Amino acid sequence: MNINTTKIISLLFFIFSAFYLYTAYQIQVFAFDENAPFNARTFPIYLGYAGLFFSGLKLILPDPNTIKVDHKNLEYKKTGILILIAIIYGATILKVGYFLTTSLFLFASYYFLGERRWILMFLLSFPFVAAFMYLLHGILDIYLRDPFLQSIGVMG
Amino acid sequence: MIEGILIGLTTALTFQNILMVMVGCFFGTIIGMLPGLGPMTAIALMIPITYGFDPATGLILMAGVYYGAVFGGSTSSILLNAPGVPGTVATSFDGYPMAQQGKAGKALAIAAWSSFAGGTLSAIYLLFMAPSLSKVSLSFRSPDYFALMILGLTAIAAFSSKGQFLKAMMMVVLGLMLASIGQDSLSDITRFTFDNMNLTDGISFVLVVMATFAMSEALTIILKRNDPTSAAKQVSLTELGSIRINKEERTKMYKTIPRSSVIGFLIGVLPGAGATIASFLAYGMERNVVSDEEKEKFGKGSVNGLSAPETANNAACSGSFVPMLTLGIPGSGTTAVMLGALLGFGVQPGPRLYMTNPEIFWSIIMSMYIGMVILLILNLPLIPYIARILAVPKNYLIPLILFFSVTGIYVMSFNNFDIYLMIGIAVVATFLRLYDFPMPPLILAFVLGGLMEENLRRSLLLSNGSWEFLWDRTLTACILATTILIVVWHIYKTFKKKN
Repeated sequence: MNINTTKIISLLFFIFSAFYLYTAYQIQVFAFDENAPFNARTFPIYLGYAGLFFSGLKLILPDPNTIKVDHKNLEYKKTGILILIAIIYGATILKVGYFLTTSLFLFASYYFLGERRWILMFLLSFPFVAAFMYLLHGILDIYLRDPFLQSIGVMG
Repeated sequence: MIEGILIGLTTALTFQNILMVMVGCFFGTIIGMLPGLGPMTAIALMIPITYGFDPATGLILMAGVYYGAVFGGSTSSILLNAPGVPGTVATSFDGYPMAQQGKAGKALAIAAWSSFAGGTLSAIYLLFMAPSLSKVSLSFRSPDYFALMILGLTAIAAFSSKGQFLKAMMMVVLGLMLASIGQDSLSDITRFTFDNMNLTDGISFVLVVMATFAMSEALTIILKRNDPTSAAKQVSLTELGSIRINKEERTKMYKTIPRSSVIGFLIGVLPGAGATIASFLAYGMERNVVSDEEKEKFGKGSVNGLSAPETANNAACSGSFVPMLTLGIPGSGTTAVMLGALLGFGVQPGPRLYMTNPEIFWSIIMSMYIGMVILLILNLPLIPYIARILAVPKNYLIPLILFFSVTGIYVMSFNNFDIYLMIGIAVVATFLRLYDFPMPPLILAFVLGGLMEENLRRSLLLSNGSWEFLWDRTLTACILATTILIVVWHIYKTFKKKN
């Protein structure tokens, strides 16, 4: 049996299914439901076994279409930075507010992807978000919490 | 039926709904044209917006996006040889050579007319087939539905990823597992929440779709940016040539379109098959039926070779609405996304939709045809301009996709936990995509998870815990036998390849 990344993913899925199955057995059901033909844990238990079955088969059976990924050509750094920016965005949006965080998120994303046309970058972040925010908040009446705009008196 | 058609026409022909079809077709065309972004991404990005409308309008917008994206996919197939969606891969076989011969405008016009004709014919088939299928499906009971859902999931796993059946089945199970998170619908017992209040209501469908399609696709594009196999091909968009189709070419299309539309529609109706298989089958069949002289032209810019897959993929799009609207089982990944949106509107698709919400049922069918007309009127004269959108730099495109995904989730819950969860799912999905784990089965399973558990619950309770319900009724047994055949066939094929 060749060990390749697909097999490793299948092994991880096998372990995940085993954990899911264990957790499914731990689901607390009402006493009168304990021996019922179907209760809250029945379906998850079947799913756990199905996960073990298919990932187990993938582990055991030969892999005729082995996928080879050339990691040298993959842009892990830029992708990682984008994910990090998105996480920072999630962490700050409630405290700082929609306008500033979203504009900075877009501006930073353009920058880290290699863009250096500052005026275009600015136009496609701050005014773009302001227009989008107006559409959501002003026209579609979707409330957007924004402590920053409130602090400078733009939003009520 | 006439009354229903009139109700549908009245709903579809309101100013707001015509505007929605136009907006949907336009944005769908643009998104579908960008390689890597298909109709599922386009529809996923639209879902948060549609929740502001009534169900019929929301669905009409999504149907417009769907058709627009399929047509947009053809544009990038013809101009760049980079299909925006899998359903338009076959289009590139003859469309791209035609573009290289300086006949890109003509190729785009043939694609537009074929799509229009395929869509129109299949809308007519749908008009007559959907009500009859609705009546048949009224005899379906819980065991039949449960078996049908198993068949739908198995079929989408079998067709969505060539030679990767087990991977697709793992994605099906993962989708069902994700759907099981949160409160049990009957007993309200929480499952797999690990005492996290944010998970009590389960994971939002829009979050899963955004994460596995829009966000993960954006991350994949960045990740593979330097990959020579996926690097965007450059083409001169200034020389599109004439969009006029001559008499000889029209004669060829008249023969190709009817047969390809039938194939496309029938394949589209099958759960899990969809536009990709339909277009390949139509291309293959066309090659077999044309004259030897025409056969030689296939792959070198044949009109029949371009018209056949284009007709079939659009016909399959309409066909895939049949099982979704009449049985509540989506025929493709895209209709699975739309099914999720329907459930979000509080509309339960299935045989009763035809009776309980005729305005939704018929207005979708009617708006499909209106969508086809608008797509033709809108896109044909705009071809030279639309083609320039292909030049949008990825440095701007990717952050904007991420922006729409994150904003879409944020405005739905105002909760940053959902943003973290989306990022987490998107990262896992991106990694899985790298190793060819298909995402449509995951989405279909996520959408069907709740319904599947509900039907299994009813079946088991009625049969007092016995699994005999699986073979008690002939219909259930037949559906299940088909499922078993698919599973055994695919596992056998894996063994055979080894030996």
